[in-house]
Amino acid sequence: MRGRVWRYGDHVNTDVIIPGRYLDDYDVKNMARHALEDLDASFAKEVSYGDIIVAGRNFGCGSSREQAPLALKGAGVGAVVAVSFARIFFRNAVNVGLPVIECDATGMFEKGDVALINLEKGILVNETSGATAKFEPLPGFLLEILKEGGLVAHTAKRFR
Amino acid sequence: MEKRIYPASLFDANMAAMTFAQKVLSRASGRDVFPGDIISAKIDLAMSHENAALVLRAFKEIGASSLWDPEKVVLLFDHRIPANTTKAAEGHQSVRRFVRAEGLPNFYDLREGICHQVLPEKGHVRPGMLIVGTDSHTTTYGALGAFSTGIGATEMAAVWATGELWMKVPQTFRFNLTGKLEGPVSAKDAILHLIGEMGADGCDYRCTEFVGPVVDEMSVSGRMTMCNMSMEMGAKAGVAFPDHKTKDYLRGRTEAEWTPVLSDPDATVEKEFDMDLTGLSPQVAYPHSVDNVKPVEEMAGIPMDQAVIGSCTNGRAEDLLAAENVLRGRRVADGTRLIIVPASREVYLWAADSGILSSLVRSGAIVTNPGCGPCLGAHQGLLAPGERCIATTNRNFRGRMGSPDSEVYLASPATVAASALKGAIADPREVWA
Repeated sequence: MRGRVWRYGDHVNTDVIIPGRYLDDYDVKNMARHALEDLDASFAKEVSYGDIIVAGRNFGCGSSREQAPLALKGAGVGAVVAVSFARIFFRNAVNVGLPVIECDATGMFEKGDVALINLEKGILVNETSGATAKFEPLPGFLLEILKEGGLVAHTAKRFR
Repeated sequence: MEKRIYPASLFDANMAAMTFAQKVLSRASGRDVFPGDIISAKIDLAMSHENAALVLRAFKEIGASSLWDPEKVVLLFDHRIPANTTKAAEGHQSVRRFVRAEGLPNFYDLREGICHQVLPEKGHVRPGMLIVGTDSHTTTYGALGAFSTGIGATEMAAVWATGELWMKVPQTFRFNLTGKLEGPVSAKDAILHLIGEMGADGCDYRCTEFVGPVVDEMSVSGRMTMCNMSMEMGAKAGVAFPDHKTKDYLRGRTEAEWTPVLSDPDATVEKEFDMDLTGLSPQVAYPHSVDNVKPVEEMAGIPMDQAVIGSCTNGRAEDLLAAENVLRGRRVADGTRLIIVPASREVYLWAADSGILSSLVRSGAIVTNPGCGPCLGAHQGLLAPGERCIATTNRNFRGRMGSPDSEVYLASPATVAASALKGAIADPREVWA
């Protein structure tokens, strides 16, 4: 996958990804409209399909709200690359089909650079600067869930 | 390093030494497991609140015909009760219809209060259980010796359908808390101090065990506060091991048999931390991160527009009692709003019957119905731009309780009450009776 990079810092929490005041709305289009609203008001307006978020430590800390990865995915985000993830966000992201990559790429990307990611091989490239990094690919069964588009599709196979 | 010694009868001498997390997850997966193992675990109890509406949607998409075990699912509403928007009302309605159609036996609607208070009160939580909930503060049930953790809505739908969930067996961090908490210094101050020391991701993916004289001395209520906020340093689960207080708490709440599950004394834990809490000051987490913790004396005097006492962290009888001890016979400062939210109907009734409620109201507090209150920024006390609030809640992220330009400070019930009296951050030791 290939996308334009948005750069954020450490501890990007679920309240700034999708504030509590919007949690009564289960329509993903509406969630996407408020994605990252309290951190970067320009994000939801300017994000385009396939864009990639590159962030620091503990991305997605806080609440268990699945609206957080749903809002990002709904806004078009193709993947989140972070030094580390909070555990529930990590699970939720995989479960809704949003690729999450644990890799310290904070020094390697500026906002607007173009990133190229190979999930299976664990390779991250900054096409703008030429820099590359390797990461530990996700375990096979998680990659499978991502490929199928999320846990719903994956589990539904058991009931067909 | 002081080691806790448990009677030999509590564990099988032939079994390789295991941590609490290993024991619970070994039982749940039907084999001996070790940290780092990825397992499929059988779930003993599955809790959801309002976001059951989101679970329900995924559950229908999965196409399972029925719940794996309706007895093991507990549903209630607490985040937006009574419904604060039409959309919230529609969410409640969709869950109520499902509950009725499926005949689910464990549904409390909006009558009882916050999930993390209600499930223990109603006897759903017992030592050694494996519990998941679609709420990050599901770690609270560790106070009764359960392994419990927060999950997402979609994976909860898979649990509803299959009764199983993939999990990674966590490493363990053990916190041996020695010394004594003095005067108004409480479990909240202890856990805020720990979070400040460890950082917001300092215990990522770990099971955190709270042991030592401070925890032994603590009530079940205090242990709930500690386990509740263990997730604010990234913990997957927090636990305080069962003792006579646990037994007293569970008596009359559950008829079911239970056996305590404890870490073996010689089990391998990743790290042990010895912390002497003697002389610990009341602690305050400053905006906008939970690990931005300082002793109250360093920041006393910052003016507050609002003070909130409640939430799954600090809305129990003990918490209201501590607040009342500070507020009794005094008045909340002009220009400061004090909002008190009992954690449950049981707590609310106790406050009414004991006279605590009238005392709090006489001091100028606004007391709302049991529930999550303003903690997550949905209703019942949101903040305007530029406003500051000191709260007994669990998160102070930007925009958490309203405007992104407001500020939330986290502290104990006694500190929040003392600050409400002064209209500014205040040291509760100055007014503690």
